[in-house]
Amino acid sequence: MAKKRSVIPFGPQHPVLPEPIHLDLMVEDEKVIKAIPSIGFIHRGLESLVRKKDYNEMVYVAERTCGICSFMHGMGYCESVEHIMGVEVPVRARYLRTVWCEMSRIHSHLLWLGLLADGFGFESLFYQCWRIRERILDMVELTTGGRLISSVNKVGGVIRDIEPDMQTAILHAVKEIEKELRVVQKTFMNDYSVESRLKGVGVLTKKEVLELGCTGPFARASGANFDMRVRGYGAYADLDFDPIISPVGDSYARCDVRIQEIFQSIDLIRQALGQLPDGDLSVPVKGNPDGEYFMRVEQPRGEAVYYVRASGKKNLDRLRIRTPTFANLPGLCKTLEGADYADIPLLILTIDPCISCTER
Amino acid sequence: MGRVVCPENILEEIPADILLRKVIEKKKDGQRLVQICASYVGGKYELSYSFSKDSTYQLTTLRIVIDPETEVPSITEIIPHAFFHENEMKELFGVKVIGINVDYKDKLYRIKEETPFIPKEKEGE
Repeated sequence: MAKKRSVIPFGPQHPVLPEPIHLDLMVEDEKVIKAIPSIGFIHRGLESLVRKKDYNEMVYVAERTCGICSFMHGMGYCESVEHIMGVEVPVRARYLRTVWCEMSRIHSHLLWLGLLADGFGFESLFYQCWRIRERILDMVELTTGGRLISSVNKVGGVIRDIEPDMQTAILHAVKEIEKELRVVQKTFMNDYSVESRLKGVGVLTKKEVLELGCTGPFARASGANFDMRVRGYGAYADLDFDPIISPVGDSYARCDVRIQEIFQSIDLIRQALGQLPDGDLSVPVKGNPDGEYFMRVEQPRGEAVYYVRASGKKNLDRLRIRTPTFANLPGLCKTLEGADYADIPLLILTIDPCISCTER
Repeated sequence: MGRVVCPENILEEIPADILLRKVIEKKKDGQRLVQICASYVGGKYELSYSFSKDSTYQLTTLRIVIDPETEVPSITEIIPHAFFHENEMKELFGVKVIGINVDYKDKLYRIKEETPFIPKEKEGE
């Protein structure tokens, strides 16, 4: 009997999609042959605001590109402008930024783990992941005053300190998170029902992820050995770590890499707080930026690129943010080719899509 | 202890007619396309194609400067996943990119406003 071909629209509204994206899935019986994505349901034109806002005010716009990656968007923008202006950020501020970066990575990865568990119908695992996540959100709130949008970055440094009592609270919280995550890790990595949904599903080879321009844990789970933190921005040049990679390339490996990265973030927070130097939080910044720079930071979902161009005015000429999900969408389409229709929601989740970031 | 500290970014301004040749060179060298960015500066488009050599974290940007009416060849024949970047600069900036492998016909972003925003917006300032 001839196989039946049809096109099934997926999204923009779907239970596994916290944000809207649309895919046209060409299927042959239950197998996907081709996937064509459409975006733009929440395009806000944030980048064009640079021509109207003062470059200092743009920090707050950059932070609102996305709620989950908020801190790193602010930091990436600030570091771009600081580089153009030749501003030397105080060492303490660089360490504080690094601590907040890693706290953001922990809450983002725990958010994703919960969504993944929810995606394959393991409700109690979803609850556990989000319960653990509350601990780190409490620490973000304690240190910045906000749970997601922190607004502690400014061009020239940071506006809040992490006091010794806060440092103690963070170290206690990450110790608890580490203990509880080990329990959750056993379920993710050993439970047969989880394995049956993730192992061998959506495999991408190292060659494919490099050819498709993929980035972040999605690429590292296929053996791509790059992590922008190795570039040494913030305080990463002083910290000891190696990118976490897996050669396997399936959905299970993506889960494994992200869990390992949470443990790595905990270690980096300990290292950074352990050698946190005294000093100022910021330096005064005078004048306006004049020049251009490409800054790359490692967000929870991968490499983000901030292009800033200025010509000595209070407002910038151009800001372009290339977000990790934007880079990972071609990889997602490749992953979907040949997949069973029933696996589509999980495969979309495995790139950890952030559509707010993508559309800006 | 101690990590690789990133080398400075390299910016290479090239004539538009050798763009494809330079992109092929980058691909043969194992470099990854990181981003393509369009800017409208002084009545011209500046198109920046950034490539990363991930073993050294070196970022190299190829830049072409063209008039608004000049057509630019798509690089998707060489790097298929560039179609997102190219569709974006075609739709939002009005860059005349020719031969994109997946051409959304200015509907990558499902927005109600008429595109492109540039150079119309600049002229209105």
